[in-house]
Amino acid sequence: MINKILSTKNLSLKITITLFVVSFLICSLIYPGFFSWQNFFNLFIDNSFLLITAIGMTFVILTGGIDLSVGSVIAFVSMVIAFLLQQGLNAFIVIPLGVMIGGCFGAIMGLIIQKFKVQPFIVTLAGMFLIRGLSFLISVESISIKDPIFNRIANYHIPIAGGAISVNVVLSLVVLALGMYLAHFTKFGRTVYAIGGDEESAQLMGLKVGRTKVLVYTLNGLCSGLAGVAFSLYMLSGYGLHAEGLEMDSIASVVIGGTLLTGGSGFVFGTLFGVLIQGLIQTVIMFQGTLSSWWTKIFVGILLFVFIVLQKVISNMKTTKNEFNN
Amino acid sequence: MDSVKHKLIKFRNSKAFTPLLALIFLFIFNFFYIDGFFQIEIKDGRLFGYLIDILNRGAPLMIIAIGMTLVIATEGIDLSVGAVVAIAGAVAASLIGGEMQITPAGEIVYETVTTVPVAVLAALVVAAVFGMWNGFLVSSLKIPAIVATLILMVAGRGVAQLITKGQIITIYYEPYFVIGQGYLLGIPVAIFIVAAVLLIVGLLMRKTALGLFIESIGSNDVASRYIGIKEKQIKFIVYIFSAICAAIAGLIITSNVKAADANNAGLWMELDAILSVVMGGNSLQGGKFSIVSSVIGALVVQTLTTTVYAAGITPEVNLVIKGFVVLIIVILKSDIFKEKLNLLVQRGDRV
Repeated sequence: MINKILSTKNLSLKITITLFVVSFLICSLIYPGFFSWQNFFNLFIDNSFLLITAIGMTFVILTGGIDLSVGSVIAFVSMVIAFLLQQGLNAFIVIPLGVMIGGCFGAIMGLIIQKFKVQPFIVTLAGMFLIRGLSFLISVESISIKDPIFNRIANYHIPIAGGAISVNVVLSLVVLALGMYLAHFTKFGRTVYAIGGDEESAQLMGLKVGRTKVLVYTLNGLCSGLAGVAFSLYMLSGYGLHAEGLEMDSIASVVIGGTLLTGGSGFVFGTLFGVLIQGLIQTVIMFQGTLSSWWTKIFVGILLFVFIVLQKVISNMKTTKNEFNN
Repeated sequence: MDSVKHKLIKFRNSKAFTPLLALIFLFIFNFFYIDGFFQIEIKDGRLFGYLIDILNRGAPLMIIAIGMTLVIATEGIDLSVGAVVAIAGAVAASLIGGEMQITPAGEIVYETVTTVPVAVLAALVVAAVFGMWNGFLVSSLKIPAIVATLILMVAGRGVAQLITKGQIITIYYEPYFVIGQGYLLGIPVAIFIVAAVLLIVGLLMRKTALGLFIESIGSNDVASRYIGIKEKQIKFIVYIFSAICAAIAGLIITSNVKAADANNAGLWMELDAILSVVMGGNSLQGGKFSIVSSVIGALVVQTLTTTVYAAGITPEVNLVIKGFVVLIIVILKSDIFKEKLNLLVQRGDRV
């Protein structure tokens, strides 16, 4: 029994889910008022944009790539939305436009990565600075969003189980469901896993490696664009410094959620728990009261480190076992 | 005659050629568009002018680029240099922690917690510890360098804020200002620091086998291990060195602005450093490297920044230009692009 629990491939994900449940329960015992549906929903409300972008990132990391530009894309989209709404454009035109902008950036970066065989990190790193710079070109100052329709969407609450959730939460859960479907039930998803496992073999098997890779970066771009919309709804402002360092939170969510950094193995569903654990850290720091906000960054860094080491240990265990069996 | 031609061809093929060309191009542009770009004045025995300014303000970048060159030569990358700049600055500033006090006699006295050498040494040691952390992750745990250093890139700013307690620490202690603002023989001290780092690293790389080892690891780390090069140790050392370079840059920056700002010190410096190295003709795939051309690359980046400031364009445009330049250089340097270019040239020959 113990062997069965420990030996399966999703050990890392099991640890993550256990860690989340146990820490949530411990915190509920320590802090009065912590255990409530609303507090649980708040984890989703405060991190919906992170969840959306992390789902896109899961696909990128599954192919063995990386995207460092997601935070900048969110900042740029928030800036474009705020600026266009200020100019009096309709919210229902601006929102799809924001998503499209993200998709375009993703597609361009994917094309450069694929067509010129450049490492993803340098292309997306350059993209990260380029796009953040572009948002400063719109305005150096922060622009607040006063559009009535946009504000109504942002403040709309859906009552559920004695609490309430925002539109963002529904949006992120829909993206999660779509992501799970794409990854586990479509040809595209299987190709993504195959590329992450061994790109050359995938190519030799006749899978459309190039096309899938460009599509993965486009998908991630679309997710960051949508995350930009969610972020604007959450903050009700556009600013070039928004979502700084979010790329790391996003990568951390994916890794903590049990996806291998080298690609080829992982679950979209796990990413949800990667996001929730980070949300929990933030909430605990808030409840604790004396710790300052920068501790979040340090804790997330430590957690990311622990899980990367865990991945190493698990993959080492697997190889020794295989050798033993042979 | 022949040897001159030979030397010219050798120079044409050297790594320093492209960045020098870019630098000359920028200088010509500035000569026409910025008044008195080449003027150097002597005020109170100190040299002043745009050229001196570029060298002086480019000093931190040049030093970081030297460290980054070695990391990239081992086929690694260090994204944490900006955060280490902030950490080193925070450590030094909080140790000096100068306070202005007025004695009963009416004299103004600057109090420090520690002396300058202690503060400088502490900053370098702390940075070296963070460098060890990076090196440990990359060399022992075999974590991809991008992710390993990304952890410190983000968490490091948190650490810096922890040290400064979330505030900007102002420095009042004057002897500390020598590092970033002092002059020696009419030339800014920072330029001497760059020269010293360049000289030491240059000697280490070209007069000992260390440089060859690094190039060998960057070309093929498995083969290097088989021929007995201590691949792990060298990778480890390279990350420590990069962090120390970042710390020196951090000291210069905090001394120059007389304050340590955990949020903004060294912000986006990692891109500048990578840009400098790539512009210096060094490959991101590792292998052969040239420190001098990275330094020239850093000068190009700094000249670009100074030009944007002098031309009165919003400084944020810099980010766009630099990001764009990195993309262009990376594409131009890719094997696929070179192949296509060669095909075109061959076709042209046939016609």
